[in-house]
Amino acid sequence: MSKHHVTTTLNGNAVEFLCETQQTLLEVLRDELHHTGTKEGCATGDCGACSVTLDGRLVCSCLVLGVEAQGKSIQTIEGMAEGTSLHPLQRKFLEHAALQCGVCTPGILIAARALLERNPDPSEEEVRFWLAGNLCRCTGYNKIIDAVLDAAHEMRGG
Amino acid sequence: MSEIRYESPKTLKAAVALLAGASGQARVLAGGTDLLIQMRAGRVSPGLLVDVKGIAEMTAIVAEKGGFRFGAAATCMELVEHAAFAQAWPGVTDAVKLIGSVQVKGRASVGGNLCNASPAADSVPALIAAGALARIVGPRGKRDVNVEDIPTGPGKTSLAEGELVASFFLPRRPARSGDAYLRFTPRTEMDIAVVGAGVNLTLDAKGVCKQARVSLGAVAERALLVPEAAAALIGSKVDEAALQRLAAAVSAACRPIADKRGTIEFRIEVAGVLARRAAGIALERARGNS
Repeated sequence: MSKHHVTTTLNGNAVEFLCETQQTLLEVLRDELHHTGTKEGCATGDCGACSVTLDGRLVCSCLVLGVEAQGKSIQTIEGMAEGTSLHPLQRKFLEHAALQCGVCTPGILIAARALLERNPDPSEEEVRFWLAGNLCRCTGYNKIIDAVLDAAHEMRGG
Repeated sequence: MSEIRYESPKTLKAAVALLAGASGQARVLAGGTDLLIQMRAGRVSPGLLVDVKGIAEMTAIVAEKGGFRFGAAATCMELVEHAAFAQAWPGVTDAVKLIGSVQVKGRASVGGNLCNASPAADSVPALIAAGALARIVGPRGKRDVNVEDIPTGPGKTSLAEGELVASFFLPRRPARSGDAYLRFTPRTEMDIAVVGAGVNLTLDAKGVCKQARVSLGAVAERALLVPEAAAALIGSKVDEAALQRLAAAVSAACRPIADKRGTIEFRIEVAGVLARRAAGIALERARGNS
């Protein structure tokens, strides 16, 4: 059997790739499309490091097959900054030192953006529950929550 | 690794034909949040994946006969974001909200939660308490089955070869009805139920419970419907005496295992406590729903 020929949209750009059925979207992004910003953590959907959006829906790319991306729109961390201008969430993560090793950071930024698109003014509790599927083994989470709340404040024009 | 065939049919008929005609092991792919992990771990090795997300009736959430029909492959996030559904069935909605992270709920489906057949699946006791019907489609046509009749044990269902769960139907709610689902986990999020309890009840104009259904998760090899527990509520005003009888009936129905997440004694005790609390929430919702 030949490989699947998949056409999809990645960060607004039309892309195509070949994959086998069992290849995950995460593997396709990293190994076929060379977008290595999305990280593999647990590969079982528990850690959120591989978070991307698929047609606007926050998902773990390790739990999606590459072939399922046919005709969909994928957003990854590579599409977050506009040129050299960082997204407010990215800037606030730097300002608040909300990362150390950085493996969880792309997934958390993608997840946080998905939250703020739905809820521009989340409470601390809402941020904590939304990000419950993103594990960070370095920071203790408080700086991440602070950065998200501060970015939300700024994005509201505060 | 042998090659895996992937098909994405657009109709139920085509999906059933693929499943029934498969020579080796075939699996339905909905959200994939259980299946892909099982495949990677080598626990299942299907030769055919039938992705059902392209089938309209398997993903739609629609009004039907004053109730709701939702596709078995509709994502949990779509269900919990459906305002009218959440208002009609807050207990089912609470249970679906407990399934994994936002990311997992963005893919996972209630059909998958049921057919994966974990005894601890959160949506299943809530659906059983709600009186949900599963529409099963297979080579011999379609049939509607009570949700409690589908799981038969860990990882096992009563579905025949070539059959799949296409959708769920939740009937029109009488006035003064409420449902609730509670689970016990050591953590607040991202955990598997040690015990789950769903209660759905309807009051008459005088506040007397005239209908009730009680279901338990993670205290047996499958989710249980407990008519003795419902009988403890029916005819009462869901007062302290009725709640005590409910808790006793619930604990008596439990036949749990002991594992690292909870002992047999703990699960039996907590099931009664959770059922009482869920009945209290369902009661408040029923009073507010008159």
